[in-house]
Amino acid sequence: MIAQSFQYESPGTLAEAIALLNEHGDEAKVLSGGHSLIPMMKLRFASPGYLIDINNIPGLSDIKEEAGVVRIGALVRESQLEHSDLLAKHFPIFKDVTKLIADPQVRNMGTLGGNLAHGDAANDHPAVMIALGASVVITNAEGEREVPIDEFFYGFYMTAIQQGEILTEIRIPVPASGTGNAYHKLERKVGDYATAGVAVQITVGEDGIVTSAGIGLTNLNPVPLRASRSEEALIGKPLSDETIALAAQFASEDCSPNSDLRGSEEYKRHLTSVLVKRMIAKAVERING
Amino acid sequence: MTKTITVTVNGTAHTAEVEPRLLLVHMIREVLNMTGTHIGCDTSSCGACTILLDGKSIKSCTVLAVQANGKSITTIEGLAPEGGPLHPLQEGFKENHGLHCGFCTPGMIMRCVELLEHNNNPTEEEIRWGISGNLCRCTGYNNIVKAVQWAGAKMRGEETPSTEPEFV
Repeated sequence: MIAQSFQYESPGTLAEAIALLNEHGDEAKVLSGGHSLIPMMKLRFASPGYLIDINNIPGLSDIKEEAGVVRIGALVRESQLEHSDLLAKHFPIFKDVTKLIADPQVRNMGTLGGNLAHGDAANDHPAVMIALGASVVITNAEGEREVPIDEFFYGFYMTAIQQGEILTEIRIPVPASGTGNAYHKLERKVGDYATAGVAVQITVGEDGIVTSAGIGLTNLNPVPLRASRSEEALIGKPLSDETIALAAQFASEDCSPNSDLRGSEEYKRHLTSVLVKRMIAKAVERING
Repeated sequence: MTKTITVTVNGTAHTAEVEPRLLLVHMIREVLNMTGTHIGCDTSSCGACTILLDGKSIKSCTVLAVQANGKSITTIEGLAPEGGPLHPLQEGFKENHGLHCGFCTPGMIMRCVELLEHNNNPTEEEIRWGISGNLCRCTGYNNIVKAVQWAGAKMRGEETPSTEPEFV
C-alpha cells in the first residue's frame, strides 16, 4: 500500500519545525516514530500534504532526572523506556507497559511522545501517564507550556496540541518512598490493542494508610480515563480487601467500553475489576520488594 | 517532488532520487534490486521485511526511504561475505531445520541478529518474546528457537547443541 503524495521536510531545529507547521497549517503532520501515522497514510485514512519529520532535531531523545522530576524527551523510543535503568528505579511500570506495546521492531521506532500525541485511548501510555500524574510539555513559536495529563486528551485523536505546536517532553514527578506502580493489559495476541488495560500507582504510608493513588484505564472509554472514584476509595484508608474491591467495582462501573471482537461490554467491565485488583496488589508488592 | 537521499546498504553508499512516499522496503527491493528482504503483510505485523537501521531491527514496510537518509542499513545480503562462511544464525537455521518455505527467514534472522547482540545466551522465553514481531506460518517456531540457541552457542564459542530434529 502506498500513501498519497506528500512533501517531506526534515528540519534540524525545533524552531524550523514549528515555522514549517505554522506555514502549512492543517495540511502538515508531525512524523516521530511513524508507527501509527505511516500505517494510516498507507491505508489513506490520513493524507497530509506535508510531513514534518522531527527525528533529526537534537535534544529530544534523553531521559533525565532533575529536581524530583523525570523528564523524557518526546523522541525517546519504546525500546529506550524498556531498558532505562533510571526509569526502572522509580517506575517498574515502564517495563510492564513497553513489553506489551507492539513488538521489538516497532518498539525500536515508536516513541512515547508519538504514542501520547496520537490521542488514541487504545494506546497504552495514556493510562500509565494518568496513573503517574505526568504532564506534557508543548512547544510553539512563543515558547512552551506544561499541560497536566488530565487536561491533555480532548477526544478521539484530539489532544491539547494546537496548530503550530509540537509535544516536546513528558514530565513525571519522582514518587515518594513507599510507592509502587504496575500495568497490565489483556491482549489477544502480540501487537493487538488492549481488551482492557489498567495502570496503577499507589503510595502507602508507614502506618499502612494509602496517601496517594493513581489509576488509569486503557481502551475502556472514548478518551483515556482516570478512575477517580477508585482512587478516592483508596486514599486515606488502610489497604484492605474491602477497599480494593470497592476500587475495582468503581472502575468497572465508571468506564464505558464497547462490545467488539475483543469481547462484550460486560466481559470488559468484569476484566477491568479483575485487573484493578491485580495491579493494586502488584504495585503494593513492589513497595515492599 | 523527489528527494535525493544517500543510504549506506551493507557497507556501500547508494544515492537515489526518491518520492517521499516510497517505503524503505520498496527502495531496497525495487531501486537497489536486493530482493532478500521480503514483503509479507505490508502492515508491520509479520516481520518479513525486518532489516537493521543503524544497527536496530525495524520493519522496513513502515519506514519511509527518506527517513533512512544518511543512515546505515544491513539486509540479509550483508550478513555473510560473498562466497565466505555463513553468519552463525544462517548456519543455525540451516542446521536446525529452522525454515520450511523460507519466506519469513530473512526477517527472522535480521531480528535475531539484534537479539543476540544484546544477549548471546537468551532463554527460550527471551527468544520467543524476541521474535514476537515475526510470524512463521510453517515451522511452528520450535526449530527457529533451537536455531537461535544454536547460533548463540556458536557465537559464545561453545559446543553447539545436537541438531537432531524435534518431532512434536
